[in-house]
Amino acid sequence: MTRWLIPLVLFGALLVFLARGLNLDPREVPSPLIDRPAPAFAMPTLADPARVVRREELLGKVWLLNVWASWCGPCRTEHPQWLKLAQRQPAVTLIGLNYKDERDAATAWLQDLGNPYTDSLFDPQGQLGLDYGVYGVPETFVVDRDGIVRFKHVGPLTHAVVREQIEPVLKRLGA
Amino acid sequence: MKRTLLLCAWLVALAAAAQTVPVPSNDAALDAHVQALAAQLRCVVCQNESVADSQAPLAADLREQIRRQLREGRSDEQIRSYMTERYGDFVLYEPPLSNRTLMLWFGPALMLAIGGVALLRLLRVRKRLPDEAFDPDSTF
Repeated sequence: MTRWLIPLVLFGALLVFLARGLNLDPREVPSPLIDRPAPAFAMPTLADPARVVRREELLGKVWLLNVWASWCGPCRTEHPQWLKLAQRQPAVTLIGLNYKDERDAATAWLQDLGNPYTDSLFDPQGQLGLDYGVYGVPETFVVDRDGIVRFKHVGPLTHAVVREQIEPVLKRLGA
Repeated sequence: MKRTLLLCAWLVALAAAAQTVPVPSNDAALDAHVQALAAQLRCVVCQNESVADSQAPLAADLREQIRRQLREGRSDEQIRSYMTERYGDFVLYEPPLSNRTLMLWFGPALMLAIGGVALLRLLRVRKRLPDEAFDPDSTF
């Protein structure tokens, strides 16, 4: 009996490992920022180079950080979701992070497609992007009232991501 | 002969064109240091390449970051933790030893030990079998 049982158990364990391996996404880089303070910043905005937005100003608010660029195709795809989200969640502050872009191109992009953001931070060198561990635009972070990152999504937002992932997090954070 | 020469010339031209343009720098030691450190980091957008080898813009940014921080006198360890604070242990080709990575570090040795024990036991059982057991013609 055990003669068959041992290989069977081993085979079963192998299956479990293989199934798990197949279902992991090797492109997904888990963010070390989850449940840690959002990196500090003092960045000029896209609309007005003289206006600086600091992380501290956002304490006490639930806010979303969306990394976008006018050169980024998937950003265009997800953009309608942001316009809808801005309407559906007026209490949530939407901060854009305009990543490695040119001011003129980015401004024109927002004029064309609509501007859902309270402010867009202008980061032409990608320095703040580096601090947030950005590796694929678009990326979205949810930050709570204490300035702690609670959620990160890499890739374009879809209706399903907004409804099933982002909004439940917002609800939990009391936004 | 002429054709061979022509072919050679063509290949040389091709190789020259394929060579990447090196970033001008007059500090070979710093270049080597950046390269050595970047080779220990996994590029997050092109995952089968190191930050040193990758042509991705993000990898170039990270190399630039390493260079700047080395110039500022930061240690290798400080730069590695700068990277892991942003991209997690994921960027390290050699993840640190922790509860989560125990199997990663010791799994192969464990498997080898299990295999070794199994083999020894099997051999011991076989040693006690009569010679006929190993006779291909016998119906043991």
